[in-house]
Amino acid sequence: MTKLKPWPSLRGIAGLGGIAVFAVLLLAVAPVVLSDHWINNLGKYCCWAIAAVGIGLAWGRGGMLVMGQGVFFALGAYAMAMHLTLETAGDRVPGFMVLYDPLAPLPVFWEPFRSAGFTLLAIVLLPVIVAGILGYALFKRRVKGAYFAILTQALAVALATLISSTIRETGGDTGLSDFKFFFGFVLNDPANKVMVYSIAAALLIVCLLAVWQFYRSRFGELLVATRDAEERVRFLGYDPANVKLVAFVVSALMASIGGAMFVPIVGIITPAEIGAAASILMIAGVAFGGRASLFGPALGAMAVGWGQSSLGSTWPDGWTYILGLLFVVVILLLPNGLSSLPARFAAIRRRPAEQPTPAIVVAELEEVRS
Amino acid sequence: MDALIPQLLNGSAQGALLLLAALGLSLTFGQMGVINMAHGEFLMIGAFNAYLVQQVITSSDLSIPVALPVAFVVAGLFGLLLEVTIIRWMYRRPLDTLLVTVGVSLILQQAALQIFPSQGVPVEKPSWLDGQLNVLGYEWPLRQLFTIVLAAVCVAALSAWLKYTAFGRRIRATVHNRDLAETSGISTRTIDRLTFFVGSGLAGVAGVAASLIGGTNSQMGAQYIIPAFLVVAAGGIGQLKGTIIAAWAVGVALSCFAYWTTGSFAQVLAFILVIVFLQVRPQGLFTVRTRSLA
Repeated sequence: MTKLKPWPSLRGIAGLGGIAVFAVLLLAVAPVVLSDHWINNLGKYCCWAIAAVGIGLAWGRGGMLVMGQGVFFALGAYAMAMHLTLETAGDRVPGFMVLYDPLAPLPVFWEPFRSAGFTLLAIVLLPVIVAGILGYALFKRRVKGAYFAILTQALAVALATLISSTIRETGGDTGLSDFKFFFGFVLNDPANKVMVYSIAAALLIVCLLAVWQFYRSRFGELLVATRDAEERVRFLGYDPANVKLVAFVVSALMASIGGAMFVPIVGIITPAEIGAAASILMIAGVAFGGRASLFGPALGAMAVGWGQSSLGSTWPDGWTYILGLLFVVVILLLPNGLSSLPARFAAIRRRPAEQPTPAIVVAELEEVRS
Repeated sequence: MDALIPQLLNGSAQGALLLLAALGLSLTFGQMGVINMAHGEFLMIGAFNAYLVQQVITSSDLSIPVALPVAFVVAGLFGLLLEVTIIRWMYRRPLDTLLVTVGVSLILQQAALQIFPSQGVPVEKPSWLDGQLNVLGYEWPLRQLFTIVLAAVCVAALSAWLKYTAFGRRIRATVHNRDLAETSGISTRTIDRLTFFVGSGLAGVAGVAASLIGGTNSQMGAQYIIPAFLVVAAGGIGQLKGTIIAAWAVGVALSCFAYWTTGSFAQVLAFILVIVFLQVRPQGLFTVRTRSLA
């Protein structure tokens, strides 16, 4: 169990300092130093990192293995993409719909997304509603562990198949693309591209600040307690279902925000970006960086995102092997990811004989016993 | 009624295939609390085995009966290898095992993609499965009946093995109470390995059956793992009858939904059905009663 720390702790302040440094690097240094191409790539990694911060909250701190964050990523992404498509199309029906039937009317559920305000509201509210209902149903009935993981993954598969099969309404496998405007700004303009990147980077910083506050709050302690000994928390008079529900909903919201920013930056959204493989990719980054740490999920997701977009396109066969090995090696040998390396080295230097058991290992040991 | 019979029969065959895939999963999950996401890839290995055996024994009439035991042993050995090299270190972290096996499944998929042609390989159906059986006016392909018979034989063999052999008794003891079994002198580690071998082997058998019904390619395992797990979740762990009923129900539901709507929408509906069902019975249809919490 994580020990209660005096509040405010030194580590908390160090975390805040780290976020400040990160913010300066992303928002002030990167736009000056990097070329347009790399700014765009970095923006894409930021979107994955936003979703990863949420996964870190739900999985690293809450012990819920969310293997279907692609669903919430999709909610945000498709809400945004529908708005941008309509904005580009103007008064006409989007091009891909007319492709199959020249007289096709606009599907009813598209209509509200003409409004920018509704779209922004949907990006926030849709994941909250969906995750709220799903989480309430599952957590209240104490569905957890592998059951929860596979059910969320099944949801991602189901949604991806659903979108693939509704080619007239959602663009199917080709997805939605060719956006020209972003809330009135021309997307092709390099200055606007930097602006879109800056919004994504700023949102990442906001999410990091949010989880930083979560982790040092009483809620954060309760969440870790629920992860480590759910039954004990229940006997102390809390309802673990509510604690988990909040963490799950917040992580869904972050995934949705990441998805929404992904669309104007990358310029396309397809079912492949949200299905089982994509959801697993998001998990890979979090596991790699360190699931329970503050920066681990974000940095890990950026690293995996970089691997995916560089190695994944130049050497796809090798990249799949690397990704597979990453899962095996990191989770087998380094369950708390790269972020636990400094502490491990320090521990080895201090007491060569005694290896500390990572908190999360102890936690899951207790889960098995209970 | 006329429309219902084909759906019922097709669904039963689909359910039988799901059952074959879910049996091994349920076995290992019930006993060790381990979810093996590479289980679908063991199924794929079984299917590729059917193809490879066909390269040696060219007569397809003979090769499929030979492929069944071969696939069982080969897939079982892959499972054993996985247990010995990786999973044995992870028994204290069941949720992490799930992710490690995701990694293994990625590697196996990619390996299959590079070893075999990417569009998949053809597995020839034996001529004795070519015919149709007339059931109340519907021409039912014999291949589907074969799947059901195969599943029935596997279930019968497995339950007899669990019930009457010493190994089976030890497995049941380990499922009920691992600590007590260990105290009574059962080597639970050996039992774990054996269960893993048998469970993975059953996936291999399922793969041979799957190769006769659908395509044999590197992606086929991924198609089966999620439905198979939903079957395990709905059926409850530790008992075969729950898995059997759940597999049949999911198979028929998928088939009926696919008839009324489309194949992809059927998956979404079946998924919602399982979620709703878990609201009513979070532990699944049947479960071994223990005194543990939650």
